[in-house]
Amino acid sequence: MKPNVSEKDIAVLREKAKTLRIEILKMLTEAGSGHTGGSLSAADIVTALYFYKMRHHPNDPKWIERDRFILSKGHAAPVLYAALALSGYFDKSLLSTLRKLGSPLQGHPCSRKLPGIEISTGSLGQGLSIANGIAMGLKLDSLSSRVYCLLGDGEIQEGQVWEAAMTASHYNLDNLCAIIDNNGLQIDGHCCDVMCVEPIVNKWAAFGWHVLDINGHDMEAIVSALNEAGTLKGKPTMIVARTVKGKGVSFFEGKVEYHGLAPTHEELEKALKELKG
Amino acid sequence: MGERKEKSEQGKQSTEKKSIATRDAYGEALLELGKKRQDIVVLDADLSGSTKTGKFAKAFPERFYNMGISEQDLIGTAGGLSITGKLPFASTFAVFETGRAWEQIRQTVCYSNLNVKLVATHSGITVGEDGASHQAIEDVAIMRVLPNMTVIVPADGVETKQVIHAISDYHGPVYVRLGRSKVPVVMPDDYEFKIGKAHTFHLGKDANIVAMGIMVAVSLEASKILKDDGLDVGVINMSTVKPLDTETVLEASKICRLIVTAEEHSTIGGLGSAVSEFLSENHPARIIRIGIKDDFGCSGTSGELLKLYGLTAENIVKTIKEGLK
Repeated sequence: MKPNVSEKDIAVLREKAKTLRIEILKMLTEAGSGHTGGSLSAADIVTALYFYKMRHHPNDPKWIERDRFILSKGHAAPVLYAALALSGYFDKSLLSTLRKLGSPLQGHPCSRKLPGIEISTGSLGQGLSIANGIAMGLKLDSLSSRVYCLLGDGEIQEGQVWEAAMTASHYNLDNLCAIIDNNGLQIDGHCCDVMCVEPIVNKWAAFGWHVLDINGHDMEAIVSALNEAGTLKGKPTMIVARTVKGKGVSFFEGKVEYHGLAPTHEELEKALKELKG
Repeated sequence: MGERKEKSEQGKQSTEKKSIATRDAYGEALLELGKKRQDIVVLDADLSGSTKTGKFAKAFPERFYNMGISEQDLIGTAGGLSITGKLPFASTFAVFETGRAWEQIRQTVCYSNLNVKLVATHSGITVGEDGASHQAIEDVAIMRVLPNMTVIVPADGVETKQVIHAISDYHGPVYVRLGRSKVPVVMPDDYEFKIGKAHTFHLGKDANIVAMGIMVAVSLEASKILKDDGLDVGVINMSTVKPLDTETVLEASKICRLIVTAEEHSTIGGLGSAVSEFLSENHPARIIRIGIKDDFGCSGTSGELLKLYGLTAENIVKTIKEGLK
């Protein structure tokens, strides 16, 4: 399925994703700690959501008809903060306060402190249940808003994810689209070595989901998949986005140690050079 | 779990002092609320017959969600519904709701201060024959420790109904602890429940019992026996365990020689702990905690178990007499 988006628009989104990556690296370096790899791997997906697909009003974060985004892999907070800041939810200068005392940009997203965060996350495995509840509530109110939930691939080792997987298909939550940032790595190593999560596509299909298997860095593919999810009736959609951890910075890509490490100032300089090319 | 046959309550006077399980009162209150408010939604984890949410489910199927046997998902889904402005009541047995889903309650409900009402039934040892695996005796402790959480343990069916209505007008997480077995109605006809306000039956000059749940009725019985023996022992229904009505505790402590707490719960972390924590810092007093002493329950009838664990009027009488020596 070809997206009904022009090549020019796709190019703009690609540029936006690059800007997100730059902001992610800068705020993590400034913070001195945080999750680099999983923020970078999700940057294209989050860009497509915030700057193409989702209906939202940064000036009115609680707008009743907004689409909702739940970052179930809450440790990728920097990618969400970058998207919110660049959308205009808050001043970009706040990004440099990440993880610091008194900052609304907590180590993991906190809904009571920052506008645009639907729900606090950080403890893995809980976001999909919340997304389901929101999808149910929207249906009760006959609202056409859609719910998006981003999970990590390591995260789906949590049992609650599969409870929620059953719920979404049992209640025919077709206003829900979940995305797995399938970068193949978790803190202790490769997911396939720590606790194999494959075959991911078959698992979700068996749980009654419509599953799309895409390259999570191909902006055209992401946009197409999100559009397809929006037209499907009767069941929830799972987009399995095949990604690379640390994507965009050659010396972070595929490196498990950068799951929970922030760039040094030297690394930042090198990374920005690469990204700005 | 099959729904037990229940006699129709229709036409009965509200003033009639009939023993009723707090879970039955919950089922009735939900039904009343469901008619009044469109924003009420109810979720259960395959125990709607036992928790009595089944009545709501029958009347308002479009606002009832059976989540199957998955307590963690139950809590998360309730949280999501609350974000869209619904008022979710999530119910299952106390041991599973607070234990299995504790971290979901912490991370999703309390941390984000969501308007989710957790109403759990089958608390304490009066669950009876099912045994220790199903008897929550630490639920108050693990709910009380959570920031933003309110903890309420009604004494009877009348109070339960009032509690359910009161918490629906309150914004924030609430845990309500209900029981399986019938309990006598002890609250007076003109009683009005307020979150955070204890009810004092009377204050005693010798000792005062601070009780919650089914132990209120037991304490009243003990007080009567002690009166015949010439001792003035008061009884307080501390139905809101958090926030604790410290004013009432302080007043009771100031006029007597001994404070006794009575709970169908572990003496670690529950009402006894809450009262002790407050008094030790503000008005050091002699305190005896009656409850389950760092132990699990077991199978038996609820009456047998109450006796085995010392949750009887006789044991309270004996404890107070020894304490006052």
